[in-house]
Amino acid sequence: MNDTDDGQLVYLDHAASTPMRPEAVAAMTTHLTHLGNPSSLHAPGRAARRVVEESRETVARALNCRPGEVVFTSGGTESDNLAVKGVFWARREQDPRRTRILSTVVEHHAVLDSLHWLAEHEGAQVELLPVDRLGRVDVDALRRALERDPGSVALVSAMWANNEVGTVQPVAEVVELAHAHDVPVHTDAVQAVGQVSVDVAACGVDAFTLTAHKVGGPYGVGALVVRRELSLTPLLHGGGQERDVRSGTLDTPAIAAFAAAVELAVKHQPEHAARVAALRDELVHRVAEQVPDAVLNGDPDTGLDHRLPGNAHLTFPGCEGDSLLMLLDARGIATSTGSACSAGVPQPSHVLLAMGRDPEQARSSLRLTLGHTSTREDVEAVVDAIGPVVERARAAGAASRKAG
Amino acid sequence: MRVIAAMSGGVDSAVAAARAAEAGHDVTGIHLALSRNPRSHRTGARGCCTVEDAGDARRAADMIGIPFYVWDLSDRFHADVVENFVAEYAAGRTPNPCVRCNESIKFTAVLDRAVALGFDAVATGHYAQLVEVDGVVGLHRAVDPGKDQSYVLGVLTQPQLRRSMFPLGDSRKDAVRAEAARRGLLVAQKPDSHDICFIADGDTSGWLRERLGSGGGEIVDHASGEVLGHHEGAFGFTVGQRKGLGIDRPTDDGRPRYVLDIEPVSGTVTVGPREELDVDRLEGSAPRWCSSVPQLPLRCTVQLRAHGGEHRAVLRPSDGQVLIELLDPARGIAPGQTAVVYDGSRVVGSCTLVSASRGPAVGMTAPATVAVAQIAPR
Repeated sequence: MNDTDDGQLVYLDHAASTPMRPEAVAAMTTHLTHLGNPSSLHAPGRAARRVVEESRETVARALNCRPGEVVFTSGGTESDNLAVKGVFWARREQDPRRTRILSTVVEHHAVLDSLHWLAEHEGAQVELLPVDRLGRVDVDALRRALERDPGSVALVSAMWANNEVGTVQPVAEVVELAHAHDVPVHTDAVQAVGQVSVDVAACGVDAFTLTAHKVGGPYGVGALVVRRELSLTPLLHGGGQERDVRSGTLDTPAIAAFAAAVELAVKHQPEHAARVAALRDELVHRVAEQVPDAVLNGDPDTGLDHRLPGNAHLTFPGCEGDSLLMLLDARGIATSTGSACSAGVPQPSHVLLAMGRDPEQARSSLRLTLGHTSTREDVEAVVDAIGPVVERARAAGAASRKAG
Repeated sequence: MRVIAAMSGGVDSAVAAARAAEAGHDVTGIHLALSRNPRSHRTGARGCCTVEDAGDARRAADMIGIPFYVWDLSDRFHADVVENFVAEYAAGRTPNPCVRCNESIKFTAVLDRAVALGFDAVATGHYAQLVEVDGVVGLHRAVDPGKDQSYVLGVLTQPQLRRSMFPLGDSRKDAVRAEAARRGLLVAQKPDSHDICFIADGDTSGWLRERLGSGGGEIVDHASGEVLGHHEGAFGFTVGQRKGLGIDRPTDDGRPRYVLDIEPVSGTVTVGPREELDVDRLEGSAPRWCSSVPQLPLRCTVQLRAHGGEHRAVLRPSDGQVLIELLDPARGIAPGQTAVVYDGSRVVGSCTLVSASRGPAVGMTAPATVAVAQIAPR
């Protein structure tokens, strides 16, 4: 099989990255040929700056925030690092007592590893709030943690929607609780934008992470929306771009493409969600017909305030997820086991473990995520393949257990 | 055939995978994750099993044009190879972890999984040859004597050999490197790995001391039983070692002393004259035959270490075990070592040594069994 031939590819890993929209490709390629550093004062510099500022306004309009609140970054990981570390440092500087950070056990590693780093090197006291079996954060636990000593909390960071099992978190409740104690809230909304209705002003969060390549934009660009009143210590120092919060020459073509993608993703979100959710429901239903003991992880309520529309996360008892992935890959179907470390070693997902699954169940899981290019044919391809694939993966699982 | 190519990230397994693909097989590359916490070069590991090695293997697979995955066998590897290694040392034996890895990981766990997933064979970069005669697959030494690895494969049985591929057995190492360069594989000049892969810095005795504790002990003369000195830890000694014993008293006849035995629990190190190191009767347990059970007694040759020489020998049955009578005595043999039996270039089978002694023909008196232990396998 040829790894680069995607003519027959069935792509069901949109949560990892979704294809660029033609409008974003057009914006990017147009601006790649235009000269000018947006920080330069001459005419080409001003032309580039104009593109950046128009893009900022487009992003702000799509998310309902002010343009001045949009800080362009290199993507989700940088935005999460900037939010978590930047807010922690700034808040602790204002008041040395504020060393606690409240977050959840199901965050993306960009948040979790930033928190661990702060705990290890900066004396932060990190408290990770538990989730229920559906992956929804325990709001009462947050309330108790806040009330125990609100003056010591630097920030709360809680994702909008989980990247693995697709559970949508009660962000509004989190914000209400935290703001009652004057604690700022960061949310990683990388998976939410374009999938569910997102309104930064209405939800009241103080910092909000998004990235371009999950909404049909290019890789390597994203933003942190930061409420103007929130001070933030920068991670990157240099030319003072982006309100001195994030130095570095702005990537005009990528930012223009990012803005085009966000605009379209948000504009089409309602019909996109309805269409993709219907496909997802059919996929889950028909896979269950082929493999009756398959278990859907995450929230069975498929309302958009409960579950991302494109997410189907399934456990196939007796199979190893990486066997399933490999066997489907060999049939031209691209899926995910949810998380991979830098060596590509499949570790049991921290999200599933936090939801009360045992390591074996966690290893038996496969994530199928649909997106704007998904079709009924994709669903058919999975339904046709899944029976024999699961049978084969079970034989391999049985061989491993026998030998072990 | 559908073939799994095990790719360590080194040059040999990359060329082996390329050759299997070029031969027309449908090849899928896998890298075995054997460490639970893979190190990077930055953190001091070397040889294999680092994050960089997985990346090198992936790049080689890209260039060959085959799919690539990482299989996590770290739990199996830890239980079957690493813990076994520590337990064997603790019991005073000297295991060969590469032999154990081939036996239980590469040609059992990986092979079973591959077959269950619909593959026909596992290809590795080992230097050894497979020759099929009358429907029986024979394991033979590689063409390159300097690289021959048939020794560490001597534990494989006929069902395992029938599903194995060793595409490098007919080649010399320099030719393999040249071929890697010709194919554009970036690992062409990567140095060979020598050490035990799970001991990152190559300090085996230090690694063992961490897990088994050190504890000093006495240095004792083998004939008189007299205590000649004390040492800080038995893991610093190797059977056959002459220098650095730290004994300030010379022998009566002025001849040098050698380490004859290291008793693992008490830490007692026994020293004596060189001739006491020679053995010619080896008892082996758990024999594994590569094809049919051979007719015993068998005139053969045996190899006792991964890079050791051959000794002419006669193999005899011995109460469910095997007795190896060496015609060329061996020196510094430790229980736990693997003896691989050859008939010419063909591997007949292997066994694990349980004792080594001097027979009446060599020794002056009754055979004195010296239970000897050696520390650092090469």
